[in-house]
Amino acid sequence: MSPTLRRIALVLLLALGAPAAWAQDLAAPLQALVGDDLAAKGEAMEALARTGDPRAAAALQALGDGRLFQRKSDRKVVIAATTRGGALTDAATGAAAGSATAADLDEANLNNRLRRQLSGLLGSLTLTLGDAATRIAAAESIFKTRDAAALAPLTAAIAAEKDARVRRAMETARAAVVLVTDGAEAERIAAAATVGARGDRDALGLLLQAANASPPAVAAAAREAAATIQRRLVMLDAAQNVSYGISLGAVLLLAAVGLAITFGVMGVINMAHGEMVMLGAYTTFVIQDWCRTAAPQLLDHSLFLAIPLAFLFTAAVGVLLERSVIRWLYGRPLETLLATWGLSLVIQQAVRSVFGPTNREVSNPTWMSGQVDVYGLTLTWSRLWIIVFAAIVFVVLLFVLKRTAFGLQMRAVTQNRAMASSMGIRTHRVDALTFALGSGVAGIAGVALSQIDNVSPNLGQSYIIDSFMVVVFGGVGNLWGTLAGALTLGIANKLLEPMAGAVLGKIAILVFIILFIQRRPRGLFALRGRAVEA
Amino acid sequence: MNMKTASAFAGAALAAAAMIGPAVAQDTIKVGILHSLSGTMAISETTLKDVMLMLIEEQNKKGGLLGKKLEAVVVDPASNWPLFAEKARELISQQKVAAVFGCWTSVSRKSVLPVFEELNSLLFYPVQYEGEESSRNVFYTGAAPNQQAIPAVDYLASEEKVVRWVLAGTDYVYPRTTNKILEAYLKSKGVKPEDIMINYTPFGHSDWQSIVAEIKKFGSAGKKTAVVSTINGDANVPFYKELGNQGIKATDIPVVAFSVGEEELAGIDTKPLLGHLAAWNYFMSVKDPVNDAFIKQWQAFIKNPKRVTNDPMEAHYIGFTMWTQAVLQAGTTDVNAVRQAMYGQKAKNLTGGISVMGVNHHISKPVLIGEIKGDGQFNTVWKTKDLVPGAAWSPYIPESAKLTADWTYPWVCGGCEKPKYN
Repeated sequence: MSPTLRRIALVLLLALGAPAAWAQDLAAPLQALVGDDLAAKGEAMEALARTGDPRAAAALQALGDGRLFQRKSDRKVVIAATTRGGALTDAATGAAAGSATAADLDEANLNNRLRRQLSGLLGSLTLTLGDAATRIAAAESIFKTRDAAALAPLTAAIAAEKDARVRRAMETARAAVVLVTDGAEAERIAAAATVGARGDRDALGLLLQAANASPPAVAAAAREAAATIQRRLVMLDAAQNVSYGISLGAVLLLAAVGLAITFGVMGVINMAHGEMVMLGAYTTFVIQDWCRTAAPQLLDHSLFLAIPLAFLFTAAVGVLLERSVIRWLYGRPLETLLATWGLSLVIQQAVRSVFGPTNREVSNPTWMSGQVDVYGLTLTWSRLWIIVFAAIVFVVLLFVLKRTAFGLQMRAVTQNRAMASSMGIRTHRVDALTFALGSGVAGIAGVALSQIDNVSPNLGQSYIIDSFMVVVFGGVGNLWGTLAGALTLGIANKLLEPMAGAVLGKIAILVFIILFIQRRPRGLFALRGRAVEA
Repeated sequence: MNMKTASAFAGAALAAAAMIGPAVAQDTIKVGILHSLSGTMAISETTLKDVMLMLIEEQNKKGGLLGKKLEAVVVDPASNWPLFAEKARELISQQKVAAVFGCWTSVSRKSVLPVFEELNSLLFYPVQYEGEESSRNVFYTGAAPNQQAIPAVDYLASEEKVVRWVLAGTDYVYPRTTNKILEAYLKSKGVKPEDIMINYTPFGHSDWQSIVAEIKKFGSAGKKTAVVSTINGDANVPFYKELGNQGIKATDIPVVAFSVGEEELAGIDTKPLLGHLAAWNYFMSVKDPVNDAFIKQWQAFIKNPKRVTNDPMEAHYIGFTMWTQAVLQAGTTDVNAVRQAMYGQKAKNLTGGISVMGVNHHISKPVLIGEIKGDGQFNTVWKTKDLVPGAAWSPYIPESAKLTADWTYPWVCGGCEKPKYN
């Protein structure tokens, strides 16, 4: 929890006027907080919350944040500035106690049961002060713990609350508590309706729980409210799955669009395409790593730095591959396939030797973490940004191919190499640049994928098959086809997964593509023209 | 290269072989290390190769075994299952190793099994696995299901009051068998079939959105729900990330994993994982003098003070200690003699207990449940009082319940229904 929250708790408790005489009673429960006995720890938490001493509240806050420690040297219970140590405060007296690193401190551990208990206790403590978001969070934590003891402070808080949104959250929380505690039946039936109005899965869970355990009239009301939510959720689920499908489609599009250029436009079966994606992801890692040590303030924006660098790096690797290996194999697809597959193994093992075989940590910037609720649809920011990013990459590529001189030359070489050559186009240079473009796009796909997948030497392998599927299904040599292919496969996959399971779903998709290719060997959007016949 | 230098080279090589060859054969005991150093499994197995090298180096510092130095023979089966069998054959037939330490996945173990049985050699297998096996030629130093999966489920049922279960796994033999055992176990405890959801995903599954949403849906039926995860390797990171993204906290729906250890957590941001659980027989965070010494030795050997230790490393540590003791006790590296000496062999494990090798080739281990902390380590929240002996056959699968694994008389078999008396 935030430092503001801690301050709020302090102010609240100071306002209540904690008698100083209680201070010495803190020592025993504080020691219990850093001990090993989990039951004693729970009791100590309750005892501390009861004292109403600001120091106790601070200690509980710190416990929740993972900043409560026992100093190894003198067994003193201390609160550190951060989870890794730093400046220390004596938890019992509130006096400064020097500073230390994590190595000199033993952290006070919690398990999930205690964590739930603690969030309930802190919820009651922070209900009436702080900004709207804090108060909503407090109400939310009471909604989850449904602690009967929170009823009184909650009722008082509702009476004093002016913000309608916070008030609604508090009323829902209060209804949740009322619903599961033994009280007047009429009040509980009304509570079921209030909880039902919340309309999400948490509310549904609570209502179903009440429907199983309450007296008949309450159970009936809960069941009815639950049924309303369930009807709404059926629609929502379908929409949610489509949104997942679009997001998977965007990932597939990113991974495949580079291949659409090298395979689709140039006809090179590039099995090392996945490794270009992987190299892009590793570039992101290297840049984040550099930021962490050299420029921590840039860390949150390191992706913007990573995108151009990953593009340049993988494009350079692409040119190297094209000039050294692939150009000798034009027109011999089988040899190209084998050679690029070999190259992919070489690149993988090289990365494994340099960075080690284990996953590398690429952190999500804050603006890509978390989720957003749109009418009950949960969309995660990382996925949303990837959809946006895929769209931008796609539009830029389309522009390059259709509206620039380089794109024109590229298409000319693809359609008729001899003619293009006699028109004065340096076909070899165009080949190299096209390959570089495809590889570079794969590299920036790697930057995006590093946010949602493992950065390991195997990253590329998991995308190469899917990428080929998308390109072949969409129609070789057509960017629009790649877009349609990626979205179709993504949505079909996500609609099948809940019904058939991930394994069967994948098999079904493969079978579908095989059948489809039988009917239309050139994919969704077949390219017409002389190049196709050649 | 001209003819002259070529022949000079050949001559030198021959001379070297003549000089070193017999000397090596006389003065060293060879120990085979069969772990993938390339391919998908390198991520986990490379560490085990390193820990074996460390253990062998230390044994040599102590003067080796039976007056001879130990010599590590490292081969790379490259995450390729048939290649495991070939490399195992090479180690046993050509290199004449006294014992082999290796394998990670069950499929690689199944692939080398016929080779070890045919050539009568010893394999020490250090990874938690699905059980239902006891070979005369394999010593299983990792956990059997009764040393990991069953206690974890018991913990969730008693401590977290879980009544609804999601069994999520990667689609291959270990999760399938473990989940079969768990399903039978849960049903025997009175869990209704509609309160169990089983989900399998392909290897390296990276898009968890709809499956996590399904879990969330399953978990909102008003009953406490937990996920028992046998999801393997790489697929875990995106899985946990998605849980975090969709706002599922450990306090709502805890996930207990059997394949996520310190090494796997080292590569990821553990903030969204806080409080999720793992069941193992060893955690790096266990405070014990033997463990502290082991960690210090490992970090010095690998020259990286940040490297972590994990459960399969401990299994190799125990297995190697037991093997050296058995060799000393037998006075020879002969496979049959060493195998006899292995039964009842005791060795200190790293969590303050003493593991014993059973006659079913499985060892006794403590079971620890840990919650993931912010620093990628585990906070032990529960531990069995005593060490649990490994059971080769699960009593919860009807056809296995009848079988006994005991390599001493009157059984002398890895799975038979009746004892045989001579």
